[in-house]
Amino acid sequence: MFGILTFSAFVHGPVETGGQLMVVLGTLAVILLLFYFKKWKWLWCEYLTSLDAKKIGVMYLALAVLMMLRGFIDAMMMRTQQAVAVGQGSGFLPPDHFAQIFTAHGVIMIFFVAMPFMFGLLNLIVPLQIGARDVAFPFLNSVSFWLTVTGALLVNLSLVAGSFASTGWLAYPPLSELAYSPGVGVDYYIWALQIAGVGTLLAGVNFIATIVKLRAPGMTLSLMPIFVWTALGSMLLVIFAFPLLTVSLALLSLDRVLGMHFFTTDLGGNAMLYVNLIWAWGHPEVYILVLPAFGIFSEIVPVFSQKKLFGYTSMVVATMLIVILSFLVWAHHFFTMGAGANVNAFFGIMTMVISIPTGVKIFNWLFTMFRGRIKFMSPMLWFMGFLVTFTIGGMTGVLLSIPGADFQFHNSLFLVAHFHNMIIGGVLFGYFAGVAYWFPKLFGFTLSERLGKCAFWCWLVGFCVAFIPLYILGFMGATRRLDYIDPASGWHTLFVVAFIGACIILLGIFFQLLQLAVGVLQRKQHKAPEDPWNARTLEWATTSPPAVYNFAHLPEVNGRDAFWEMKQLHNAHTTIYTDIEMPLNSSLGCSIAFFAFCIGFGMIWHIWWLAGLGLFSTIAASIVRAHIKETSYLFPATEVARIEAARVHHTQTHL
Amino acid sequence: MSNMKRAPLIGMSIFFSVAVLGSIAWQLHGYTFALLEPRGTVALAERGLIIHALLLMLIVVIPVFILIFAIAWRYRASNSKAVYTPNWEHSTMEELVWWAVPIEIILVLGALTWSSSRELDPYRPLTSEKPFVVEVVALDWKWLFIYPTLGTATLGEVDFPAGHPVEFDLTADAPMNSFWIPQLGGQMYVMTGMVTQLHLQADTPGTFRGSSANYSGDGFAHMTFAAKALSESDFITWSAAAKTAPLTLTMDTYKILASPSTNTPPITYGSVDPGLFASIINQFMPPSTQSGHDMMPMRQ
Repeated sequence: MFGILTFSAFVHGPVETGGQLMVVLGTLAVILLLFYFKKWKWLWCEYLTSLDAKKIGVMYLALAVLMMLRGFIDAMMMRTQQAVAVGQGSGFLPPDHFAQIFTAHGVIMIFFVAMPFMFGLLNLIVPLQIGARDVAFPFLNSVSFWLTVTGALLVNLSLVAGSFASTGWLAYPPLSELAYSPGVGVDYYIWALQIAGVGTLLAGVNFIATIVKLRAPGMTLSLMPIFVWTALGSMLLVIFAFPLLTVSLALLSLDRVLGMHFFTTDLGGNAMLYVNLIWAWGHPEVYILVLPAFGIFSEIVPVFSQKKLFGYTSMVVATMLIVILSFLVWAHHFFTMGAGANVNAFFGIMTMVISIPTGVKIFNWLFTMFRGRIKFMSPMLWFMGFLVTFTIGGMTGVLLSIPGADFQFHNSLFLVAHFHNMIIGGVLFGYFAGVAYWFPKLFGFTLSERLGKCAFWCWLVGFCVAFIPLYILGFMGATRRLDYIDPASGWHTLFVVAFIGACIILLGIFFQLLQLAVGVLQRKQHKAPEDPWNARTLEWATTSPPAVYNFAHLPEVNGRDAFWEMKQLHNAHTTIYTDIEMPLNSSLGCSIAFFAFCIGFGMIWHIWWLAGLGLFSTIAASIVRAHIKETSYLFPATEVARIEAARVHHTQTHL
Repeated sequence: MSNMKRAPLIGMSIFFSVAVLGSIAWQLHGYTFALLEPRGTVALAERGLIIHALLLMLIVVIPVFILIFAIAWRYRASNSKAVYTPNWEHSTMEELVWWAVPIEIILVLGALTWSSSRELDPYRPLTSEKPFVVEVVALDWKWLFIYPTLGTATLGEVDFPAGHPVEFDLTADAPMNSFWIPQLGGQMYVMTGMVTQLHLQADTPGTFRGSSANYSGDGFAHMTFAAKALSESDFITWSAAAKTAPLTLTMDTYKILASPSTNTPPITYGSVDPGLFASIINQFMPPSTQSGHDMMPMRQ
């Protein structure tokens, strides 16, 4: 009836029980609070079933924030363990739990923080920037989001029932095979990523269709804002790279469930095949995350330098070069696997070649600032922080790309410092900049600039204090993923410094949450104007927050900085409006994700009937959706007129 | 106005930072910076490569850093004296320059990569001299070293002559590990059912820290070993003593040894079943393709 799920799956060690209780009590608290404030109906109608890209975007961001807290707790536990487990001490985490934590940290930060963060911003900004009312396939968008949530749910459920993978975030076989990981941990890993991965792939298709088909009249490809270009590049990578992840994980689960031998050590299996496959996805994944961050900076730098973006064509060419090159470098993740010198040299050189378009982007941003009038508001501060950390990260990255040097750096803390340099300094700072920049537009109120700056400085200083010691530790020969530090090595001091750095980052996160809380509480006093930064692109041509329909009239685009040109022209607004067709809410997105959850949970615990039922229901629900005739409604012209009239009034009082 | 108020604050923070950095440096004093203190030909060449590449990159990175801060300062909004060209968005010449600068650096680095990858290929014998062969088996979670020429084996410690090339033939009977003695040279993955190879040489006698660099399960953090490069006379004494050790390593005793354990104390085996290394590799082969003793190191 319940497969291999027994009561003992819920019994854990003391520290794990803490995590278990946090998940259970946290979920209960949220459910009860929603009942107490009678908000279930509101939540269901306004958000959970909404097909509005803006609402889905907000939910993506909420997911990213929640999971960032979880991932950061993991990071703090690791740093604490490494600061105390030295000499006679063995720390507070048993080896297997420590391994689950570093695995979960990597998986969560990439798949359930960075990815939802990116898709949140894409959902919120891409339709607005191209002058569209929604994405191309609103229902598919909802399915994508809920599948991502399902993946995140499964990862957190592993805290309650069973355990998570203790293999490292890419689950290399043979460690991830049944012989070495007999529990359900790796299955949780596989099915969480498999389900979230399908969601990501569908979202990739959706955004490509949106960008290709739904641009406002007049917006040719060469007039698209750079953020849209980088989103397009990133989504192209998604649709080419994610099937590779699906296949690698599918083969691994065939090994585990049906006893096949793709990656086992016996009967002709070969783990090196998995390592190649997973990195052929894994390297493009890095660029999937960082390209939109580049795009965000390309929007912010001109606005805060009060100057046009320098070298638009170079930017586009550089972005597309990165898209192509990112598929030609995967083997640099395993120079030490015994490939020949020529193979290694090829992949090393291709990796360096990527730094050319990236370098060009940095120069273009610098020359956008050159002869500008730079206002150092918090989005611009994040950009400056990015420039410094990313340049250092790029330099250490090129060092790692030389096979002869990589033999010494690989798997060491130098490597760990490098990729955090790229993912925190590059990706995360980029997304934080994006949130700081677009927040007034998206939510209609402004955030405290002072708290934002506090958060920035804590993050930047904390980042340096947490990761510079790791570079040094790399030079001392310290490897990653150690749950015990040999006192004779002399590494302990630096691990303590890194721990202090993590605490400073924690303070930064505290300021961010405080900034958000203060912002929400004082939202009435700090209403955001439509165009607070004197910006240049179309998202600023609507109300803050934008009405359901985004634009009452679809804008006509004649230049790259479409909104900037509108502002120069002062065109008279027509007050004749027509009904606007908008997608109806649908609960099928949630439902499909729930059925997918049943597939995942059933497969993990060998509850075959549940998995079968889940699969059947998923297909049935998709067919049902295909037969629903009424998927949209008409937003009445009178209502549009009312909203737009209030808006003109609002703008005038502001002037 | 605020500059005057800030002066003591800035002074204090500089003092504080110097004090903190100083005490960290004091704490680290005396410990090994393995990558910067090479004791072998390979590690020395790798350090040279790292430093060369770093210096080459600094040619671009230092000017970029100066530019970042100079431009940010010069064109801050409050500086109305600076030139302001709000519509300047393109200049073919400038853009050509910053496509060209990184391309040239990468050309040079690429050439360095091409030559160094061949020179530092771990499979390449270091000299024409016949290397001392050590067969390495990564187990859960300890290292077994078999000396085919001596017919002996050690656990948790590897001994070899200094000033003489050593060939490590690596295999595993465990998840994927990575064999790494940073002071002697870079690492190599160690995998089941196949042999990878690493050529190293210690220039002077000494004991160096070796470890697994790739996570392999619960006992990973303790999966270290001592790499002992012995002088010629010490090596002769050591090998003679090793041969008299009472323990024998056969497939049967190996099976017991191979079961997972952590913090296993060093062991010396006076004699080893000569086909043991091949048998360990062949365990994972279907019986029909087992090739016997001629296991050649495999290339991916």
